[in-house]
Amino acid sequence: MRTGDIYAIVYNATTSSLEPGRKPLARGKDEATEEDVYKSSPQLTKLLRSEFEAVAVGCREGESLRYYLPAQPARIHAFVYLCQPDEVKEFGQSFGFLDILANASLPIPTEELIAAALRQMSRAQDNPQAFLVAAGKELAALLSNQYDRLKTILGRLS
Amino acid sequence: MTQRLGIVTEASLERGAEVRLDSPISVEDMVVGRYVTIAGQKRRFFGMITDVSLGVTDQRLTITPPDTTDPFIREVLTGTSTFGTIHVTPMLTISGDAESILEGPQPVKTIPGHFSAVNLASEEDIESVFGKEDSQRFHIGNPLDMETKLCLNLEEFVKRSNGIFGKSGTGKTFLTRILLIGMLQKSQAVNLIFDMHNEYGWEGSSEDSRRKVKGLKQWGQSKVAIFTLDKENSARRKVPTDFTVQIGYDEITPEDIAVLRSTLNLTDLAVEAAYQLSRRFGKGWLRETLALGEGDTPREDIDEILREANIHESSFQSLKRGLGIIRRLGFVVPQTPEDAVKNILNQLERGTSVVMEFGRYREIAAYLLVANMLSRRIYARYQQKSEEARANNTALPQPLVITIEEAHKFLGPEAAGKTIFGTIAREMRKYNVSLLVIDQRPSSIDEEVMSQMGTKITCLLDNEKDIDSVLAGVSGKNELKAVLARLAPKQQALIFGHAVPMPVAFQPVEYNERYYASLGSGNAPRKEQAEKDIEELWE
Repeated sequence: MRTGDIYAIVYNATTSSLEPGRKPLARGKDEATEEDVYKSSPQLTKLLRSEFEAVAVGCREGESLRYYLPAQPARIHAFVYLCQPDEVKEFGQSFGFLDILANASLPIPTEELIAAALRQMSRAQDNPQAFLVAAGKELAALLSNQYDRLKTILGRLS
Repeated sequence: MTQRLGIVTEASLERGAEVRLDSPISVEDMVVGRYVTIAGQKRRFFGMITDVSLGVTDQRLTITPPDTTDPFIREVLTGTSTFGTIHVTPMLTISGDAESILEGPQPVKTIPGHFSAVNLASEEDIESVFGKEDSQRFHIGNPLDMETKLCLNLEEFVKRSNGIFGKSGTGKTFLTRILLIGMLQKSQAVNLIFDMHNEYGWEGSSEDSRRKVKGLKQWGQSKVAIFTLDKENSARRKVPTDFTVQIGYDEITPEDIAVLRSTLNLTDLAVEAAYQLSRRFGKGWLRETLALGEGDTPREDIDEILREANIHESSFQSLKRGLGIIRRLGFVVPQTPEDAVKNILNQLERGTSVVMEFGRYREIAAYLLVANMLSRRIYARYQQKSEEARANNTALPQPLVITIEEAHKFLGPEAAGKTIFGTIAREMRKYNVSLLVIDQRPSSIDEEVMSQMGTKITCLLDNEKDIDSVLAGVSGKNELKAVLARLAPKQQALIFGHAVPMPVAFQPVEYNERYYASLGSGNAPRKEQAEKDIEELWE
């Protein structure tokens, strides 16, 4: 995703009640489809809120992409966009972001995140397989003394 | 630009450089013996791959290997976590500093820096090391697995004594023939070849196909003379000889007998007796000694002579038995019509090389006697001429290369001190005479003589002692030992020493019709053909 000049990779998403501490009730016992749940209780769309978290992996400085953290954080109320395939393709020209991901301390396993991000990015490439191999080689160099992590990621890429 | 192989990660002058291969390079393409160049910051190095190995970044990879059935994982890990390394021994610096630009490749005195790129050596690089064919360099073969020509600087080569070694049947004779042709063609040296097995002068037969191969005389008509000890034998083989060598009794000295001591099975006292008798009888000592006890010399007279000369009867008998063997050699005659040595010297002075055929006299006694006797007198003449030339400040005589086979008989630790060849090998080029030694038992040659040899060419050897003696004193001996032991049993050789910038294993040129055509004698028809081709182009 992109906000302003900052590129980030989504690592977490939650949907919860607007009121903190209040858990959504189970509904739809008598409904045939999930859509019917929202049709019969239209207030739900107003009472639930979806949030996602993303880790910044790069930014744009003028024409060029930088694979390091931006000087300023994203502004409040800045709009967030989903990156288009050609943006993803451009961002995937270099693997500098892998270093940031591999060393990020996140509440989820970073191996899963790296593998998922690479799988997603490969779809925007002309040659997905070559992209994954190149990324794998970059990771092999990055995790040269962490064979177990490397093995986990590679296992999720093939 | 040739393909980049990898980068230097570790190096030491003593042990060589460790090169990590780039990921697309397969370790299986790296062959020991290949030449590579290393691009340092200030100079380029020329070296040879001497070892290939595999490495991993994490030892756990070797303990729990990854799933190699998955081509993706295999592809990712190859060249990254698992990689190939080659060990390169830098041998020369080929460009960069002024010295190597002016004087050609120089031996390495330093090592390339970290992460210097390593490339396969290009044809031009190899050519800059081994030289192009020119007026001094002669194409003797190709480095193993390579198209490039290996050219030997013959002008340098003949400056020192050289050796060709190898087990019987590994191609020594062929190699020698090629070198002799090269020397005739490209160097100022004249050759005197003691051709024990009648292989060099006229046609010889190749071992495998039984086809005839041309001798020196056949392509260098005017530059080669064939002398024979056995006219009938040469005539039977239809060899056009220039002179029949006979040796008169007067020409044999006690020194010649001393050389033959072990061959003739003489005792030390018997050799001593020869000196005593020579002192008493003078020049005609051999005739007189042979006459003693034959015909009608009274027994008392013989006893008297022996007592005066202080010779024991048994020593005398031993000597006589030995001299009897010499007398039975057909070419030893009481009187010679012409002086063979003078004739040989005349030829050599005119710049004509002389091949001495032994015909049917293949016994080692004949070979030792003739080679030693003639060489001694020729050498003496050369010595005299060189000294005169130095005194008068005139040109030195044309360099002379004497080729001898079965060299360990002349140059063994015991014989080296007595034969003229020991002296020539040691005194080297002082008098412009050097040796080309051909032998199959280098370990039997005197160490001192071996150490004085300039360039050594060796075919396959498998006796540990022989290998050690050939490689004695060469740097990188262990690596060369491995190369030498891996030579094919035929037509591969290792050359190292004075005339080549670094040791090379090579395949001698094929000695066939194409080869004759490439030599000088083939020039005229080739030129005609070229002119014809040009004419056709314009038609």
